[in-house]
Amino acid sequence: MAVSVDEAVSAGPVRDHTPPARRRGGRGRSVLEVALLAVLAVVMLFPVLWMIQTSIKENRDVYAIPAKFFDFQVTMDHFKDVFVASGGGRSALSVSFLNSVVVAGASTVLATVLGVPAAWAYSRFAVKAKKDQLFFILSTRFMPPVVVVIPIFLMYRQVGLIDTKLGLILIYAAYNLPFTIWMMKGFVDEVPAEYEDAAMLDGYTRLQAFRRFTLPLLVPGIAATAVFALIFSWNEFVFAIFLTSSDDVRTAPPAIAGLIGGTTVDWGLVAAASVVFALPVLVFAYLVRKHLVAGVTLGAVRR
Amino acid sequence: MAGIEVSALHKRYPDGTVAVDHVDLSIGDGELFVMLGPSGCGKTTTLRAIAGLERQTTGDIRIGNTLVNDLPPAERDIAMVFQFYALYPHLRTRDNLAFPLRAEGLPKAEVRERVDEVARLMRLAPLLDRRPRRLSGGEQQRVALARALVRRPQAFLMDEPLTNLDAELRADMRTEIKHLQGELGTTMVYVTHDQVEAMSLGHRIAILNKGRVEQIGTPLEVYERPASLFCAAFIGSPPINLIEVEVADGKLRSQGGLVLTPPPGLPRDRCLVAGVRPEALEVTEPGAERSVPARVASAEWLGDEIIYVVDHGGQRDVRVRMPPTGRFAADAAVGLRHTGGTPAVYDVSTEELVA
Repeated sequence: MAVSVDEAVSAGPVRDHTPPARRRGGRGRSVLEVALLAVLAVVMLFPVLWMIQTSIKENRDVYAIPAKFFDFQVTMDHFKDVFVASGGGRSALSVSFLNSVVVAGASTVLATVLGVPAAWAYSRFAVKAKKDQLFFILSTRFMPPVVVVIPIFLMYRQVGLIDTKLGLILIYAAYNLPFTIWMMKGFVDEVPAEYEDAAMLDGYTRLQAFRRFTLPLLVPGIAATAVFALIFSWNEFVFAIFLTSSDDVRTAPPAIAGLIGGTTVDWGLVAAASVVFALPVLVFAYLVRKHLVAGVTLGAVRR
Repeated sequence: MAGIEVSALHKRYPDGTVAVDHVDLSIGDGELFVMLGPSGCGKTTTLRAIAGLERQTTGDIRIGNTLVNDLPPAERDIAMVFQFYALYPHLRTRDNLAFPLRAEGLPKAEVRERVDEVARLMRLAPLLDRRPRRLSGGEQQRVALARALVRRPQAFLMDEPLTNLDAELRADMRTEIKHLQGELGTTMVYVTHDQVEAMSLGHRIAILNKGRVEQIGTPLEVYERPASLFCAAFIGSPPINLIEVEVADGKLRSQGGLVLTPPPGLPRDRCLVAGVRPEALEVTEPGAERSVPARVASAEWLGDEIIYVVDHGGQRDVRVRMPPTGRFAADAAVGLRHTGGTPAVYDVSTEELVA
């Protein structure tokens, strides 16, 4: 398995043995590095900070000119509005968040359940035209979704999948499957086939050998792959906005986008909804950060 | 215990690669049989077909008197040791050893007894409570061997088991495997690409090339009379000298005038090559009796012997193995003399042994 970032990057700057002049040059450089990184961090993080600030400001502070950075009243009303409708009961936004959870979760599970065995098969067996098949599978990811959204829309209308969660689940699973197969194949390749051979000699069938010996070793890889798939499904916008229309089916990204565009825009609500929307992805990415790096750098280090 | 019969084995993968073209083997009961060849020669595929991990396209495999073509690996009563050991990473040594027995459903007491017995035999007692990642390469391979032994199978299949060990450990393990096989008397099929391993271990050696058997014989036979040019070049280090010769006056003569004793029944009018081992030649003072003029291209002094590379009469890079006495410098004019017996002679066009 690929190394994590902590192992890949050498521990800190080189100490002691360099002559003083070099060392001061090194310190000067590191000051510059820190300064540049700080500037970059501010630029990159400013929109995020602004979003979080807006989500906890009173409406009059949101529209204040000049903008108030520090001396504003903190309020949680916008977050309440995200989940609770103005007349009481559940808001449309909260329904869309629930839809997002269902659609992203189900499509990820589907892609994983189909993709992991496929990856195993491609890794272990001599399949006719294996490379061509794998390339074909990957090639379905070459097109941007927006290219196929109209044909998909027409097909979905014919079979009655328009404006259904099942429709979104299927299209997300289809989009995630090639990625799952490719990434998992890398992980399966790293697990020696000998474990399965040995288990088969010990009396297990090939599938039992896979389930009992290879699968447990693949769990980190599966987690990383599933998180990638989950993040894609969670964030997906184009299919969601074209293929769904009603509030009970719509997922969060088009629902949040739908908040913008009326005569007045409740920016506080938009910001709060966005914060709620971003949190799960952050949490998941944090949980599997090691494996995410492993997934990204997979194949960079050969055994 | 049982012998293994492989007849007309052919394995073609769905993607069209032919891994094994045609292999016939007859492995005796209690024999240590080595399959030797370069990578891609089909030796591992043949072994995996015997194990049941690959299904051959055509051909039959018998273990003992049983036709095992359609039996899954577990029902063939064989044990296999792999290059990467394949110890289950989540199990301690003790459980790794017990695993195949538990899979068979043996009672607990007997499992413990047999694990202890094999641990004693392989001197694994201090390692029983460790997991594979806390074992060195050599220890892992001993455990892997023990896991094969513990089942008391009809035959052992070894797939390059020593390749991942360092040189010193490899020599030790080689001795240990040979000793164990002798003690137990169990049939063993051993796959390797290392000719030293093959020569030192095997009762008989099969040399495979491009999915076919080139030669089967004892280590001595394989060394002394390689059946083809491929075998001749594959066995021996430094490699055999292949010297173009022609028959004249009842003798074999090389272009440079080197005279060799011809084997009986040599065909005429064919392009012939004589295989002369480096130790069947001798570098002498120039003009010595029966010697032909030659020039030393380089000399490798290895302590216990010297390998001279000499050019003579248009033939370049003739290797000569000499005792470390008597030094000739590089570029020196010397004599070259054949001191061995009758060489093996090959037909250039068929690459087969002719006499």
